[in-house]
Amino acid sequence: MFKYSFQWNQALKALPQMLDGALVTMQIALLSMAIGLVVAIILTLFRLSGSRLLRGFAVAWVEIARNTPALFQIYMAHFGLGSFGIHLSPFTSLLAGIAFNNAGYLAENFRGALKAIPDTQARAGRSLGMTSLQAFRLIVVPQMLRIAFLPITNQMVWAILMTSLGVTVGMNTDLAGVTQALNARTFRTFEFFALAAVIYYLIAKVVTLAARLIASRLFRY
Amino acid sequence: MIEIESVHKSFGKLEVLKGINLTVNKGEVVSIIGGSGSGKSTLLTCINGLEPINSGKIKIDGTEVHAKSTDLNKLRQKIGIVFQQWNAFPHLTVLENVMLAPRKVLGMAKSDAEAIAVKNLTHVGLAEKLSVYPNRMSGGQQQRMAIARALAMSPKYMLFDEVTSALDPMLVGEVLDTLKMLAEEGMTMICVTHEMAFARDVSDRVAFFHQGVMAEIGTPEQLFGAPQNPETQKFLASIR
Repeated sequence: MFKYSFQWNQALKALPQMLDGALVTMQIALLSMAIGLVVAIILTLFRLSGSRLLRGFAVAWVEIARNTPALFQIYMAHFGLGSFGIHLSPFTSLLAGIAFNNAGYLAENFRGALKAIPDTQARAGRSLGMTSLQAFRLIVVPQMLRIAFLPITNQMVWAILMTSLGVTVGMNTDLAGVTQALNARTFRTFEFFALAAVIYYLIAKVVTLAARLIASRLFRY
Repeated sequence: MIEIESVHKSFGKLEVLKGINLTVNKGEVVSIIGGSGSGKSTLLTCINGLEPINSGKIKIDGTEVHAKSTDLNKLRQKIGIVFQQWNAFPHLTVLENVMLAPRKVLGMAKSDAEAIAVKNLTHVGLAEKLSVYPNRMSGGQQQRMAIARALAMSPKYMLFDEVTSALDPMLVGEVLDTLKMLAEEGMTMICVTHEMAFARDVSDRVAFFHQGVMAEIGTPEQLFGAPQNPETQKFLASIR
């Protein structure tokens, strides 16, 4: 009934190669988060601004990033832009696609976190003589970061997993790309992808645990 | 001296203050009583410029609060306000809550700000709670912390907006005692309150607000003993 004989040796032999790929995966995920966070802050400020144009831009970004498949976003960065003569490498287009997605989700998280802080907090700061910027920076932002921290962690994990979509635009140096190449050469699909899945799982787990540790240090209240 | 001259204030179509006149002298304690929606709390937020007014004038030591040229951030350093919801900053310890404005607004050195914070927290009976986060304290303790936080700016005037209304009945006393202590020390205060006994015992004058109008003002003896305005009589009868 079940004739498949597992050959884990081949997969384990390729482990160093896959771990190198995992490093590239981490690199893309971290970079995409860094870019995503900065852009999300800018989008959040745009949304708070008085300009309809800026608000519209930010809303459009968030809407598209959250309501279309991440795969399409990466595709667009690679083949879509390619149609206009803008040719990005697989690495860059993967990074751009995920950063676009991160920024949209994170901006929405920030907005939710801001909403969760009562106006009376900033008001209390103002009544102590703070400028509105001081009240925002010293009172609102620290509380907002705590509320947004868990969603940021989730997005980080999501970013790591999204990097695997890079294979569709020819990415072959990250964990999914390396795994796919090994699979094509050996047809040991189950072994290689199972091993890669374990590595993804471990990375994600470490990130989550590290975040929990940081949170317990950072947010003592 | 706080001078309020025919102040009108509307929220949209709803006029909540219909020409308020009131002068509060240095060292005076004025309590404002009245039903919900009578405009008492709104007046306080207008006094420190948190709310704009539609017409009239409010002057603090001669400075017009709502004049364009007035530096509100500077002016607010003179006027402490404590709200019904104490608005503790949850991400800071009790000590940090009180130190924040002296450090960031007045630019004090950390050690100086800390000394002032400790002094004021001790004054309101929270010397044991310096390193505690607000959410570990009772409402009464948080409210006293909010008072210390306002006092740390060395204000000349204190505004209290129903500071005991959100507290458990058993915690009201400790906060009122703190207010009494401040009054005895000569702080100039305007207290919007529902605590009639407090208004009677501590105030120099008591004002009764009704539907955006100051219907009556007088010494506690006059206002509680022989109210002239029928609305005041009705209000006082209803709460007895």
